[in-house]
Amino acid sequence: MARILPKKDVVIVGLGWTGSVMANELTDEGLDVIAIERGPWRDAPTDFPPSQMQDELRYRIRHELFLRPDQLTFTLRNKLDQQALPMRDWGAFMPPNGVGGGGVHWNGEMWRFLPSDFVLKTHLTQRYGAGFLPADMTIQDWGITYDELEPYYDRFEYLCGTSGTAGNLRGQIMEGGNPFEGPRSRDYPTKAQTQPFSHTLFAKAARELGYKPFPQPSGNLSTAYTNPHGLRMGPCTYCGFCEWFGCSNYSKASPQTTILPVLVRKDNFTARDNSEVVKINTDRSGKHATGVTFVDSSGETWEQPADLVILSAFSMFNAQLMLHSGIGQPYDPKTGEGRIGRNFTHQTISSVNGFFDKSKFNFNPFIASGSIGMCIDEFNGDNFDHGPLGFVGGGYVGQVQTGARPIESALTPPGTPKWGAAWKTAIKDNYLSTVKPGTGVHGSFYAYRDIYLDLDPLYKDRFGRPLMRMTIDIKENEAKQNRYLTDKFAEIIKAMGATSLAKTYRTAPYDATTYQTTHLNGGVIMGADPKTSAVNRYLQSWDVSNLFVLGASAFPQNAGYNPTLTVGALAYWAADAIRNQYLKKPGPLVDA
Amino acid sequence: MHKRNKLGGGIGAAALAAALFGGFQTASAGEIDSMNFTAVDRGRYLSILSDCASCHTVPQKNQPFAGGRPIETPFGSIVAPNITPDLQTGIGSWTDDQFDNAVRKGIGRNGERLYPAMPFNAYTKMSRQDVMAIRAYLSTVTAVYNPVVANTLPFPFNIRMSMRVWDGLYFTEGEYVADPHKSAEWNRGAFLVDGPAHCGACHTPKTFLGGDKTAQYLQGSPLQGWSAPNITNDTRTGIGGWSADDVATYLKTGHNRITAATGPMAEAVDLSTSKMTDDDVKAIATYLKSLPGEEKPQTAMAASSPEMRAGGAIYRDQCSACHGQDGKGVDRLFPAVANSSMARADDPTSVIRIVLRGARSVATDQEPTAPGMPSYGWQLKDEQVANVLNYVRNSWGNAAPAISPDEVGRLRASVAKRSD
Repeated sequence: MARILPKKDVVIVGLGWTGSVMANELTDEGLDVIAIERGPWRDAPTDFPPSQMQDELRYRIRHELFLRPDQLTFTLRNKLDQQALPMRDWGAFMPPNGVGGGGVHWNGEMWRFLPSDFVLKTHLTQRYGAGFLPADMTIQDWGITYDELEPYYDRFEYLCGTSGTAGNLRGQIMEGGNPFEGPRSRDYPTKAQTQPFSHTLFAKAARELGYKPFPQPSGNLSTAYTNPHGLRMGPCTYCGFCEWFGCSNYSKASPQTTILPVLVRKDNFTARDNSEVVKINTDRSGKHATGVTFVDSSGETWEQPADLVILSAFSMFNAQLMLHSGIGQPYDPKTGEGRIGRNFTHQTISSVNGFFDKSKFNFNPFIASGSIGMCIDEFNGDNFDHGPLGFVGGGYVGQVQTGARPIESALTPPGTPKWGAAWKTAIKDNYLSTVKPGTGVHGSFYAYRDIYLDLDPLYKDRFGRPLMRMTIDIKENEAKQNRYLTDKFAEIIKAMGATSLAKTYRTAPYDATTYQTTHLNGGVIMGADPKTSAVNRYLQSWDVSNLFVLGASAFPQNAGYNPTLTVGALAYWAADAIRNQYLKKPGPLVDA
Repeated sequence: MHKRNKLGGGIGAAALAAALFGGFQTASAGEIDSMNFTAVDRGRYLSILSDCASCHTVPQKNQPFAGGRPIETPFGSIVAPNITPDLQTGIGSWTDDQFDNAVRKGIGRNGERLYPAMPFNAYTKMSRQDVMAIRAYLSTVTAVYNPVVANTLPFPFNIRMSMRVWDGLYFTEGEYVADPHKSAEWNRGAFLVDGPAHCGACHTPKTFLGGDKTAQYLQGSPLQGWSAPNITNDTRTGIGGWSADDVATYLKTGHNRITAATGPMAEAVDLSTSKMTDDDVKAIATYLKSLPGEEKPQTAMAASSPEMRAGGAIYRDQCSACHGQDGKGVDRLFPAVANSSMARADDPTSVIRIVLRGARSVATDQEPTAPGMPSYGWQLKDEQVANVLNYVRNSWGNAAPAISPDEVGRLRASVAKRSD
């Protein structure tokens, strides 16, 4: 039997980016808020100090900051007729764990989605006709527009101190920025980061090819900044240990650097770490949440009653908790019916490594920040005519190299032996003169009828609950898109002066062992139609009106950008709806 | 309530009565009046100025003023007593005279001499009216049953009679007398510094008996594994390079353009100075800035020496990411070691300790970030710590006596035994 704790106004499940944003907004409203976090408490100066953080083996290879698969994992298969198998080590993505969530280990890319991304189905159908889309593609409009979200994009950008160059200021196209971006109401809070040599060279080559390169918007700051909460951040030092690592130089935006120090000073906020929520409880009607049940590190089960439940775990865990709690009809790929688990997506990633003449090029590639980079957006979304190309979607491409950490940056040109003296010589010869953009081709991943999440019929977790099963593959549309973008990207790398290229395309089957970003989306998607979405445009559950589900789980499909800024903006958007609509009149904010 | 019930019916009931009626009962004891808002509120503010909570409240225990916190002195620990209105274990049954004698004269309820861990030698500058206001405020806080054995000193310091001699040597009783030649602000500052805020308790060096070395007033002193810095206007080791605004900002927010409060001062900022009025922190700043520095000449170590060069290399690798190649740091985030009088202090205890153990700065409403410095003790050998600190202490125009590896080693051994 669970022991019952005193009731709170709000219980927040997961204290990452969205949980922190929501906790801060709702405590500002005067509500008594508790956050329950599965992983440990993490504080910047004590848990990732600069005296020890630059340790590639510990953090990158051994996954120090991430969920341990023996605590919780997933099963995975490519196709409906296959038996899914459990992931026993992480590869394609890195599930976050602990206070700060993915906001601790991320690179800090701060992209807005395109205005057309939010009305994708309508836009593509109007431009190319319904028959242009693959038959099994299940893309949808978001139920919200770019213009509605813009003020919340702005808030999250200013929370984080984002460094960038505006490309579209209130409708006016600005030199040096991304000319394809939606209009922004004001400039970035801080100027773009200074770019290292190879990134600058990429921009030059791109410009000469007729593109309009611009600096990647960055949550690693170019200069000192004080955010609206009075929290101070310092300039990035280009240490090159950002992705996979925490930052206690106070230069990477994270919940720890932008929200938590203010939140923990509030009397109406409490947090429990090392406590895993196992169920959202509902009353007999099934339409009203009464709180959550969680298990602490001693194995004790507790019930935390609350008037309002905020589900703000990582996207996949949001979907999993909905399924385990029996809230919302599970999605069935055969009928296309059901709300929870549908439109699961990832990101279509590839890269091109360029090898340069070492006597002419010394890139000092270890100088970088997590979201450093010069990019072009000519091939993102519907910024280009897909008519002759036979696919939809796209992405940004850019030299976004985040450093040259030695274990993963031991690169050799094609044809080099895999070991021995020749290999060693090639490593030495190429370390300083190789361009390794990492996720240089950052493509969209659209939704399909048979790519989804459900509960595994066989494998169980440590509590005896079914593991979540991922059914995911690379479809022909995404493979075509990636081939097109990768070739375009390779042309620019070649134009930089590379003597040889190592080009890798993303192809089927979906490979769980190689890293492809942690941008897993969907499963609890937002929308205007309760038949095809799990939450309404305010991220409020269609089934349980005092439950809001935040995060990338709400994305109906994924655009060709990193998701965090959109995730943060949606959290502020939902918080605004709760503060100004829901609390005044609790109940569904949109009639089903 | 569970704890009280376990203590037995009689005591538990009395404690409960005190909790419910404490204010009423003490109000009848004499000239204080817990129903007088003016006195209570004045007393509340005086208790902040006097930082009563620092010693008389155990941190994180949520029992304000219930005592029980050990106060570390060079002679051993003294446990701060319960000053809630509890009749048995607090001060609920004390007379006003007994309370006044304790606060301003160092004489306990039964005539025994108090140890100067209680800064009665500073509180004596307050008026009886001030002290009665504090009492009025304390009579309104929740009474807590919490017996405290105050005297845990070893022999011979546990003999309280010895304090008579100490009082004769070091204690001058008497209220603050304003200097008519100085401004009202200066006088307010002097009263606060020497009276309720008892700055000298940490910042004035002590004799072997723990009395103030008055000739070195506020020139810095070691305590609790730290060195409290010189807070006179000395250019190199004091606040000579700070403006009065810098001082006030530091006291109010815990941070300024040069440095941040850590260690025992972080607690003083949290509980006391950050809650002072703007006028009071300005008054303290005005007074401290008026105290002439010793201006002792000091020659910088030669930049070309092997120690300085090794230290510079360590600084570039380990320190410059936050503190900058130019030592200027980031405003109110990373201290400016190039301008830091603490870095240049003659007694380097605090800077060595910070490098070895790391330090967390204080969070305040105005400066909630509370950045921290990581520990390098696991990474740098004694010689390397000495080198990098000698580099910091003797670069960018800084000058300070050399630190030896042995000095680092001694401090490493002593801080290793500390729980804080």
